[in-house]
Amino acid sequence: MMKLLKLVFRNLIGNGLKTWLNVFVLSIAFVLIIFMQALLQGWDRQAMADTVKWEIAGGQYWNAKYDPFDPFTLDSAVSELPKQFARQYETGQIEPVLIVSGTIYPSGRSMPVLMKGIRPGQKLLELPTTLLMNPTDSTDIPAIIGSNMAHQAGLTENDIVTLRWRDANGTFEAQDIRIAGVFKTFVPTVDGGQIWLPLDLLQKMTLNPDKATLLIKSKEVNEAPVAGWDFKDVKELTKTLRETLRSKAVGQSIFYVIFLLLALLAIFDTQTLSIFYRQREIGTFVALGMTKKEVVRLFTLEGTMNAILAIVLGAVYGIPLFIYFAVNGIPMPSGTSDFGVAISDKIYPAFPPKLIVGTILFIILVTAWVSYLPARKIVKMNPADAIRGKI
Amino acid sequence: MLTKIMAQNSIVEVKGLVKRFPMGSSGFFTALKGIDLTVSEGEFMGLVGPSGSGKTTFLNIIGTLDKPSEGRVDVLEKDVGSLTSKQAAQLRKEEMGFIFQSFNLLPVYTVFENVEFPLLLLNKSAGERKKRVMETLEWLGLTSKVDSRPAQLSGGECQRVAIARAMVKRPKLVLADEPTANLDAENSHNILRTMLKLNEGLKTCFIFATHDEKVISYLQRIVHLEDGRIAKDMKVRSSGTL
Ligand SMILES: Nc1ncnc2c1ncn2[C@@H]1O[C@H](COP(=O)(O)OP(=O)(O)OP(=O)(O)O)[C@@H](O)[C@H]1O
Ligand SMILES: [Mg+2]
Repeated sequence: MMKLLKLVFRNLIGNGLKTWLNVFVLSIAFVLIIFMQALLQGWDRQAMADTVKWEIAGGQYWNAKYDPFDPFTLDSAVSELPKQFARQYETGQIEPVLIVSGTIYPSGRSMPVLMKGIRPGQKLLELPTTLLMNPTDSTDIPAIIGSNMAHQAGLTENDIVTLRWRDANGTFEAQDIRIAGVFKTFVPTVDGGQIWLPLDLLQKMTLNPDKATLLIKSKEVNEAPVAGWDFKDVKELTKTLRETLRSKAVGQSIFYVIFLLLALLAIFDTQTLSIFYRQREIGTFVALGMTKKEVVRLFTLEGTMNAILAIVLGAVYGIPLFIYFAVNGIPMPSGTSDFGVAISDKIYPAFPPKLIVGTILFIILVTAWVSYLPARKIVKMNPADAIRGKI
Repeated sequence: MLTKIMAQNSIVEVKGLVKRFPMGSSGFFTALKGIDLTVSEGEFMGLVGPSGSGKTTFLNIIGTLDKPSEGRVDVLEKDVGSLTSKQAAQLRKEEMGFIFQSFNLLPVYTVFENVEFPLLLLNKSAGERKKRVMETLEWLGLTSKVDSRPAQLSGGECQRVAIARAMVKRPKLVLADEPTANLDAENSHNILRTMLKLNEGLKTCFIFATHDEKVISYLQRIVHLEDGRIAKDMKVRSSGTL
């Protein structure tokens, strides 16, 4: 084995520029693949973390009738806070959210919205609900909205806008509300088409005293079965998000698969050419007492060594690059929020060892394979002809 | 009694060797048409004949690079026809040296590395490799070229490196196919003298395939091949008489 490695290195170094070119291209593919994967993983992690912080906390109890995809059942999907949560409600470990559909009329247009009532003093979610405190007078209805929603509706802080809704009896009501704040979030599901209001006010406005649609649970509270409410854990609540991220990841990976293919093609090409041009050398190896199998192994190893050198080279410039971006993050171009999933201004790529080891093994195996394919031809060579380079 | 000793000392024994190459869709071309030959230890002999007479074909079979179609060829007491490719490689690695018309040095290796190669295949230790390579390069007057690459050498020097590579493992048998075809007269005589010296000093058996008069003038025994048959087999001088 040592003997073989020694020969491989002599040949590679002897091949000079061509070796380095292949190694360089392959190392770029290698760094890119790891980097893209790390980016996606980082994005994935961040999106999940943001969603947990802004929307889910430690999980949610849903009213048994609540179906987020069916706005027409919203009105009936409300019930009173379960008694068993009275204490956690006091300590803020359970936060009820009431969801009612309504319409706003910004500058004469009508726009359907979800009104979400939440206690201004809540601490479970990042939403800046403290802005909902301190109404200016008894008729004031403070509301907060996300920046996307503000953009869609053309609203800014301190704007007044008319809100119309139907109360529990089916009667239409309308009143002006005040935009007490616009918050920036990377979680679209608490932003677009939504207006956050003080819970007690919304309960009064819609004649739903003490009622809620869902209950957000703090991580500290253990989940317990509650009659009329279904518990959804974080995993279940982020299922769609994860699926979306997964499909985005597949789309992105096509790019680096193509790049890897190019790199492998270069190696395949070099190997095929070198087996053609070096047949005299191959014949000489055989005449000097190597078996054809040993020569095939030599050439395969020579090709595979490209990948190993690429990994070493890739590590030389890749590791500093990875560290830099892992610490400083990568600014994402604005407009990427149109992706429909949570995406922040900056993504911090994540480099789990499994990802790196997996990528290394994958590239080595694939390189070994494309090196072996042309090397197989050696077995079919007649050594006597090969020696004279006659094939 | 005498024949037994002869048999023990024979390095190559050929009986009824026929070699056919497939030609066209179903035909054959017969390159060797029934050859009998015995080569003994320490001989300095040549297969001589016009182009196409089958010299290279014969040499390749002796060198286990090709197989007989018919007949029996024993090289160093091994039946070439029945060797597996692994056994044949083993035999070449341990007992044979090859010298080619176009030198066939490994272009990316230095002179030292080229000559070292057979010892590397034999798993010799680094110390022993170095000692033997330097010793061999000294015989051939190449010590000043140790670190050169083949591209930096003259044809004569290349062929001397090739001889060093063939000799470094002290093989019992060296096969040389047209070793002077790419050399001028002076270099040809030079390497022939060297090979003769090695033959006399180390008792290595040399078999040439050639039609070069210069080579022929050094041979102790000339086997004339004509159209795949032995036309003449002459012992032209005794060892040490040149
Ligand atoms: N692989 C092969 N397939 C078909 N025919 C072959 C093959 N190798 C050799 N021959 C034929 O066998 C004959 C003998 O060839 P060989 O190479 O042994 O001749 P040679 O005596 O070495 O000639 P030269 O002096 O030109 O080297 C030639 O007619 C050649 O065409
Ligand atoms: Mg020939």
